[in-house]
Amino acid sequence: MKQKNIEIPYAVLCELTHRCPLSCPYCSNPVELEKKSNEIDTDTWKRVLTEAVGMGILQAHFSGGEPTARKDLEELVEHACSLGIYTNLITSGVLINEQRLKNLYEAGLDHVQVSFQDTDADNANKIAGYKGHEKKITTAKLVRKIGLPLTVNAVMHRQNLHNLEDMINMATELDAERLEVAQVQYYGWALKNQTAFLPSREQLDIATKLVEEYRIKLKGILAIDYVVPDYYARRPKSCMGGWGRQFLNITPAGKVLPCHAAESLSFLSFDNVKDKSLPWIWEKSEAFNKFRGTSWMPEPCRSCDRKEIDWGGCRCQAFALTGIPEATDPTCELSPYRKVLDEPLSKIADKVPEFIYRRIE
Amino acid sequence: MTELLILNEQHIPKLPRHAKLRYDNTRKKWIINAPERVFELDEIAGEIMQLVNGESSIALIIDELTVKFSGASREQISKDVIGMLQLLADKGFVIK
Repeated sequence: MKQKNIEIPYAVLCELTHRCPLSCPYCSNPVELEKKSNEIDTDTWKRVLTEAVGMGILQAHFSGGEPTARKDLEELVEHACSLGIYTNLITSGVLINEQRLKNLYEAGLDHVQVSFQDTDADNANKIAGYKGHEKKITTAKLVRKIGLPLTVNAVMHRQNLHNLEDMINMATELDAERLEVAQVQYYGWALKNQTAFLPSREQLDIATKLVEEYRIKLKGILAIDYVVPDYYARRPKSCMGGWGRQFLNITPAGKVLPCHAAESLSFLSFDNVKDKSLPWIWEKSEAFNKFRGTSWMPEPCRSCDRKEIDWGGCRCQAFALTGIPEATDPTCELSPYRKVLDEPLSKIADKVPEFIYRRIE
Repeated sequence: MTELLILNEQHIPKLPRHAKLRYDNTRKKWIINAPERVFELDEIAGEIMQLVNGESSIALIIDELTVKFSGASREQISKDVIGMLQLLADKGFVIK
């Protein structure tokens, strides 16, 4: 096989645990959740962070599950900061108190991202399967009080998009620097709940217009990240900036993935930091090389002038929808599999079904 | 709440806490780390940002660069410095 061009990665997502008090039905964790007993220990995480810096990784995102469920979070943040890594905590905010936030600030934490399920407390609690909305607001305020920068992270979909304007206002009132309007990605848990979440074209058009207005109105005050969900896009998104190009994800058990959902690609096996070094996995592992670059691509991707823009879209989504590992992402209008989107899109007017909540078996 | 900042030479620029400047040994360039993004600075931007310390005014930064790069006029350097810092200020990555 031709030697592939290995880039220097920018960021590592450290999924410290899959444990979480919330049970959001669109959770990005895999359907097979890791138990606490399988989690890698503090020293292994520290070693991995040290290796990450050596590879040129600039940012570490501490996520989960709920990362504050790990008692060694402060120790890991402090270690990462001492190495010069930019540290970001991605949290539901429901397990943390002021003292712990202060300790994290002292440890050098650079940024906090608090997730919100909606602005309407009842609906937010229903989506999360947990009464945590008020506590999240308290946490977000504490983040700012302590002096940490804040991103409000909101997954928006059929059942809360009508509150997008409230969400923007809430983020501004909470003095967030940034609002991330995330879309549900349909694999894993979310695929089980697709009809409950997939918004209508009309809902989306209203939302897109709102974001455009507020981006102008709040320029320099609140940055709004927003991407049109790709079922309604003409071309696929550049998932993770391309497979094995910028990013790696480490699961609670120490498996290293090219994206957080990659375990849904059942035909791949993933190396573990318990057995191999992080640079080895990045450069040499079968999983990272499988869809790296463009030589794996079928037509029409192979001769597409966007192949080094979208890098073939999302492998997890393409596989979930077609069962074919290399399939051109159906969210591309040039994909021969485009028609597989017709069925889910035809259900958007259906009655909203009950959620299937995320849970550890 | 933060307000939109239009920079002039009297301002004393600094990075907000969520943006951090550092030299990246692997890529051999100056970078700014910010939430979910990395700005890789070109040589000129790197020179400018090294002087952004929360103490020096933009005028002082321009003066220092004018001395360092004697080939360019102060007017040209002023345009480059304010232009570059304003781009970052628009995104909230430079504050006064």
